[in-house]
Amino acid sequence: MKAAYKVAAVPDRVGLETLKGLAYIGGLARLAGEAAYITLVGPFRGQRLRPQRAFHQAMAVGVRAIPIVSLISFFVGLIMALQSAYELQRLGAIQFVADAVAISIVRELGPLITAIIVIGRSGSAFAAEIGTMKVTEEVDALETMAVPPVAFLVAPKFLAMLVMVPCLTIWADFMGVMGGCLFGVAGANFTFVSYLKATSDALVLHDISTGLAKSALFSVVITAVGCQEGFSTGAGAEEIGRSTTAAVVNSIFLVILVDLVFTTLFYITNRV
Amino acid sequence: MSESIPEAGRPVISVTDLRVNYGEREILHGISFDVERGETLVILGGSGSGKSTLLRTLVGLEKPSGGAVWIRGVNIAQASAREMDEIRKKMGVSFQGGALFGSMTVGDNVALPLREHTRLEESTIEIMVRIKLEQVGLASFEDFMPSQLSGGMKKRAAVARALALDPEILFFDEPSAGLDPIIAAGIDELILELKKAYAMSMVVVTHELASAFLIADRMLLIDRGSVIAMGAKKELADSTNPRVRQFLDRVPEPQVEDELNYLQMLTEDRKPRH
Repeated sequence: MKAAYKVAAVPDRVGLETLKGLAYIGGLARLAGEAAYITLVGPFRGQRLRPQRAFHQAMAVGVRAIPIVSLISFFVGLIMALQSAYELQRLGAIQFVADAVAISIVRELGPLITAIIVIGRSGSAFAAEIGTMKVTEEVDALETMAVPPVAFLVAPKFLAMLVMVPCLTIWADFMGVMGGCLFGVAGANFTFVSYLKATSDALVLHDISTGLAKSALFSVVITAVGCQEGFSTGAGAEEIGRSTTAAVVNSIFLVILVDLVFTTLFYITNRV
Repeated sequence: MSESIPEAGRPVISVTDLRVNYGEREILHGISFDVERGETLVILGGSGSGKSTLLRTLVGLEKPSGGAVWIRGVNIAQASAREMDEIRKKMGVSFQGGALFGSMTVGDNVALPLREHTRLEESTIEIMVRIKLEQVGLASFEDFMPSQLSGGMKKRAAVARALALDPEILFFDEPSAGLDPIIAAGIDELILELKKAYAMSMVVVTHELASAFLIADRMLLIDRGSVIAMGAKKELADSTNPRVRQFLDRVPEPQVEDELNYLQMLTEDRKPRH
């Protein structure tokens, strides 16, 4: 009897969780939409854009992430070269290692690795910053001063991320190729110049632009999730930890989901 | 109780039958009162009485589920975002913990409303910031970060920020909470000074009896979401209502609490989630 009751409750739970998930995505879309409106349309309607705050964020999100993004994407490029060489060698096609690295880094790994580093550095920081402000009533204070929190807190981050994440991605692509180049020169009879030549022959502009388009989308997702988690922080310090964790986990999940959807779309639209 | 308010002049704030819900539960059960121009109204109440909810509703952070809150002739229960912003520029709020922005200096905190809402020159803003900080006794602290200030200084800085746009109404949330008696007395002194210097209306939410009797023109006692007493200090002090007497004479509740009541008290004390 009890078991039957539990089984009957399953569809209820599934439905409830689905609705919650949809509400969450809806909240993200609303927040991102509001930030996009303030950033892209607001200035033409006489609303204040806060360039110094966006600049400050851009420094934190972009410039300070360069060392770690460089290092990780260099390593990932090297790993990709090693892994693909293993298989290509058996086919006697080791000269294609440059192509393999170039395509995998520029189309997929560059944007994804960058996004994941940005989630860890900035997505979590957004949630912690806004969450702390929520707990200490600073968000309320903004509202009572007639300063809209989304315009003051989210829009500058949105703008900074929209500019900096694609920039970081370009840099990560370059560093990844450099990582592959290290293997190419050391283990596959390439010279530095011939490796770069092989890379540029392997790539078409479309590869780079789809990667950048994805990274722009990732930046929106990361900003929206980080800020949303921050705003939904309840009372108490332990809630900030919860928000930060949720921001990282949800961002990684949603970035990969968005990646899957858009990679599928690109695949379908270019098949013919 | 509400019939006893004199209707002289147009009140700055007029609350009629205000009801506020968090979800299903009603926190404020039909509250009515006025705040006259230039007067200081102290809202007294214990933990979980709904006094913080009342303040949050007055400053527009909570939406009423019934009744009306008229501020400067606009019902904020139905005001548009733009009307609400106009009202907010005319009021200052000093939060319990100060709510200074931790990433900005004290000076930038005070300058924020000026930078956001006026087109003043940066040099003018600097002067105004210095004047406001001087008024609260924090001259030469503008380059300090909020984390470098003590609790009392944070509250003073928060008052300076609330004063930045020369508000008509100043709201205080628990001005003396978490302060030692000497610092708390200093804050009371500051409130009295501001009262003398400006013709501002003030609404102070507190549970500190001594402080309330010092600064109030009129007092309002809230218990479990309803007004149980309202009037001048003397009227309140002479009240015979048993709950009022219990609060004023600091008589503890009977030890064994009804579990449901206790849970209710706990949850009411919490800040609402969004």
